[in-house]
Amino acid sequence: MHELGIVTHVIKTLIDVAAENQLTRIGSVTLEVGEVSGVIHEQILDCWDYMCAKRGPLFTGCKLILETLPAVTWCNSCEKTYPTVQYGRTCPHCGSGETWLLTGNECTIKEIEAE
Amino acid sequence: MKIIELKETFTASNDRDAEELRAYLKEKSVILFNLMSAPGSGKTTLLSRIITDLRGKASIAVMEADIASAVDAERIEALGAQAVQVHTDGMCHMDAGMTREGLLPMDLSGVDMIFLENVGNLICPAEYDTGAVKNIMILSVPEGDDKPLKYPLMFRESDALVITKTDALPYFNFDMEKAMERALRLNPDIKIFPVSAKKGDGMAALEDWLLEETRQFINQLTFAEHILEDLEVSRRQVSQGKVRNMAEALEDLRKRHGFI
Repeated sequence: MHELGIVTHVIKTLIDVAAENQLTRIGSVTLEVGEVSGVIHEQILDCWDYMCAKRGPLFTGCKLILETLPAVTWCNSCEKTYPTVQYGRTCPHCGSGETWLLTGNECTIKEIEAE
Repeated sequence: MKIIELKETFTASNDRDAEELRAYLKEKSVILFNLMSAPGSGKTTLLSRIITDLRGKASIAVMEADIASAVDAERIEALGAQAVQVHTDGMCHMDAGMTREGLLPMDLSGVDMIFLENVGNLICPAEYDTGAVKNIMILSVPEGDDKPLKYPLMFRESDALVITKTDALPYFNFDMEKAMERALRLNPDIKIFPVSAKKGDGMAALEDWLLEETRQFINQLTFAEHILEDLEVSRRQVSQGKVRNMAEALEDLRKRHGFI
């Protein structure tokens, strides 16, 4: 399951952060999730609760907060940007298919609340 | 409670493990290739062919990653190559930590190349750095030439694309030119090798590439050469709009190399 893999890696990264900053408890984690990253919010929240319960004291009661980042595509032909979800791979300005996703595929740990 | 701003990718810990693993491989003078594909694309058949063809030229070991079972490892061992089976315990991909665990029991003395057969999946394995030196993606003719459109990340993350089962071309509507064009559009640096592991067509070109990559890695590029190579990649990413500007690309380089 994709979401379980993401949660496993988020937790691994946070264990490193906790060790570096001598943290004993993480109260909340804010994840920035791109609009077209394919991450399903409901599933990642379920996986989060499951892994936190399993991982013990550092993550006890830790909340996962999800923030959505809009997907924006860059057109190489007319050098303009447009919203990806609405228009897909074809540029609405010039009809070109020479387009690249600029943002929207992120899965970033923005910040944590901890002590 | 205090707020700590991180702005780290969720795989930050894995990315560090992967860098460590590459340093370990360099020390051991052995290259690791990560093979990714859908199930049934002919990975084990391709590997069997490579092991047989390169006998006497390169010593090969194989790490088979699977959710369960040891069928593939048995096929490789029958050819006299060292094989270990790694179970991912239900995970849909391999990461650097799991790869390191798989490498530990292997006897790497005299081994030149290790192939990691990643879990059969065209999505998740592309997201996680395994610590491999080169990523190779396999696409078989029966899967269709539209796969680059459906699984773009896999094509972007791969250094080489091997199109297998070309002996089946007459029976499928697979447009080789279209497949290549679509892959190159996503990743202009990708090397493409159409092969038939069954008949041997195209295998020599692929095997020459593998030998050359191994030679380069083992002989070690100088640090400066690595930086130059990375700068070239950054410049290309900027021109393709994958990275917003050179400053951002350099920031990424600085993080990876620790200065600039």
